[in-house]
Amino acid sequence: MSIRERLSGNEAVALAIRQINPDVMPAFPITPSTEIPQYVANYIANGKMDTEFIPVESEHSSMSATVGASAAGARALTATSSCGMALMWEELYVAASNRLPLALALVNRALSGPININCDHSDSMGARDSGWLQIYAENNQEAYDNMIQAFRISEHKDVRLPIMICQDGFITSHAVENIELLEDDVVKKFVGDYEPENYLLNPEQPMALGPYAVSNYYMETKMGQRTAMNNARQVILDVAKEFEAISGRKYGFFEEYRLEDADYAVLIIGSAAGTCKDAIDALRSKGIKAGLLKLRVFRPFPAKEIAAALSHCKAAAIMDRSDSFNGNGGPLGAEVSQALYNAHSSVLTVNYIYGLGGRDIRVEDFIDIYSRLQTIAETGTITDQYDYIGLRK
Amino acid sequence: MATKYNFKEEMNKPERLAPGHRMCAGCGGTIAVRAVLRALHEGDKAVIGNATGCLEVSSFMYPYTAWEDSYIHNAFENAGATLSGVETAYHVLRKKGKLNETFKFITFGGDGGTYDIGLQSLSGAMERGHDLVYVCYDNGAYMNTGVQRSSATPKYADTTTTPVGSQSAGKLQGRKDLAAIIAAHNVPYVAQTTFIGNFKDIHTKSETAIYTPGPAFLNVLAPCPRGWGYEASDIMTICKLAVETCYWPLFEVIDGKWILNYEPKKKLPIEDFLRNQTRFKHLFKPGNEALIQQFQEEVDRRWEDLQFHCSRN
Repeated sequence: MSIRERLSGNEAVALAIRQINPDVMPAFPITPSTEIPQYVANYIANGKMDTEFIPVESEHSSMSATVGASAAGARALTATSSCGMALMWEELYVAASNRLPLALALVNRALSGPININCDHSDSMGARDSGWLQIYAENNQEAYDNMIQAFRISEHKDVRLPIMICQDGFITSHAVENIELLEDDVVKKFVGDYEPENYLLNPEQPMALGPYAVSNYYMETKMGQRTAMNNARQVILDVAKEFEAISGRKYGFFEEYRLEDADYAVLIIGSAAGTCKDAIDALRSKGIKAGLLKLRVFRPFPAKEIAAALSHCKAAAIMDRSDSFNGNGGPLGAEVSQALYNAHSSVLTVNYIYGLGGRDIRVEDFIDIYSRLQTIAETGTITDQYDYIGLRK
Repeated sequence: MATKYNFKEEMNKPERLAPGHRMCAGCGGTIAVRAVLRALHEGDKAVIGNATGCLEVSSFMYPYTAWEDSYIHNAFENAGATLSGVETAYHVLRKKGKLNETFKFITFGGDGGTYDIGLQSLSGAMERGHDLVYVCYDNGAYMNTGVQRSSATPKYADTTTTPVGSQSAGKLQGRKDLAAIIAAHNVPYVAQTTFIGNFKDIHTKSETAIYTPGPAFLNVLAPCPRGWGYEASDIMTICKLAVETCYWPLFEVIDGKWILNYEPKKKLPIEDFLRNQTRFKHLFKPGNEALIQQFQEEVDRRWEDLQFHCSRN
């Protein structure tokens, strides 16, 4: 029996954490993720969960303590945003290479400078090569659902990788929306107990973690991470299927919205997908075949599946909420282009950067983007392959 | 709390840091580790933490480990935070009935990883009150990367980033007083020690640190033959001179009370400590007498300051 509520994205994720009842949560305040540890601390203070909260003195220490707790044999997670994640950078790699199945509730925010507390994806996109699983949400419901699935994916014996559950700062984290929650016991049963195989506090078998590994061993550890990341594909789909059985909500690598017969596609991550859907509905009523691919799983990257889903389109706009500053486009632009090239796709693509530092993107902006795609398809010419959307005039 | 010290019995205990590691002969780091771990009561389990440094890269080179206990190395600057996470996990797993055994938590860091880059992480762990022991094996420079100065490097020491030259007499600044900084966190136990005589001082302090509930900090002078420039076999003499010159006094701070553990009958001149170390050899060149005099004055000032702290109890 699902429970109908009205919650912000941060409340929803904190509530999922309460239901998961992990062993240890170290955290440090930063806008806009601060509310998550606040809610958790409040649950603990009122006996609603028995997680141990560690109010650390920095984000570097929050990830360090999460690594320590996870290595010790505990189910552990933390939350952060932006510069907080940048400060953890070194530890992101340590967590992944030590194959620790811990979690990070990331509330996406722009990186300094100038200092800016609003949404973009520079933080998690910068960490795209750190070896973490990355799952994104369009709204509070998806953020909640992804959080509940997190440990089932990360702790799977074929995976054992840290997982980042991302949602858009303020747009999702602070906006209150309707949500359907699962009952506590349903979540508890779904998530299950954490039974680590090797851990520091195993009284039967001591363990040493964090070795110095020189050239004759290092590369194999990376291959191990790559294999695990590859294995995560099937695990993510399997867990989604099980989640559907308890929730009725369907998840995969991405959501296709009116994409099946679309001539013109937008590929996007996160909350702006909702705005894009409104534009699509308006265009469809005029007979323009617009569609959307909303990417949920960025790591592992579902390259073949994306290429297949876009194969019939005439033109596609790959939308990045961060820039790579490589002179050619954003991170999603690069990876989707590679996927299409490897699939010998004939889809004409552009890569647009939008929404940096919380810049709004409106329905009209998407209508304009689809109009540009129409022109590209009709003329076969791309004049603005890499562009910024919504700049001040 | 402390059991009666029997040198022979202690030395016959099984080693918890196995031989075969790659630390240098005459290194104080491993002597410190073995001395501290000897204070663990037999049968008690432990998780050992370690900041990046010589000790880590020489004792846990994949696929070999010298550590008999569970061991975690995370990074350079976060030994305090990492063990905070381990120790917290221990309490949760006990609370949830998933673990019945007793574990102790001890982490080792060099002075670079402790005085400098790891100071914030250490401060956080001390302030939050985790039940763990942080042991700094202080050799007064970044030895693992090739003898660069740290905030624990003594004044006038010749290091690779404070080289002695025609315009330089070595490091310009004095040492940070880390034991006092940690004592200012009002933790239950802080002590400064080194390798003296039959190792009773470091043993009893380690035992007190490990078995005092709450955070404890040990600062262990752990000479480095490569960085200091002494004969490997002279390490015990070097430590003794550090204590007898009052360069490295032995003291404890128990619940805020400062206790001087040893007062030399005749305080030796600082030259006796400096003379046998090549990092100070420039001080003995004609014309540098004033530098040694300054060094002596600073040692005297700090010694008097410590005596004053200890006299207030």
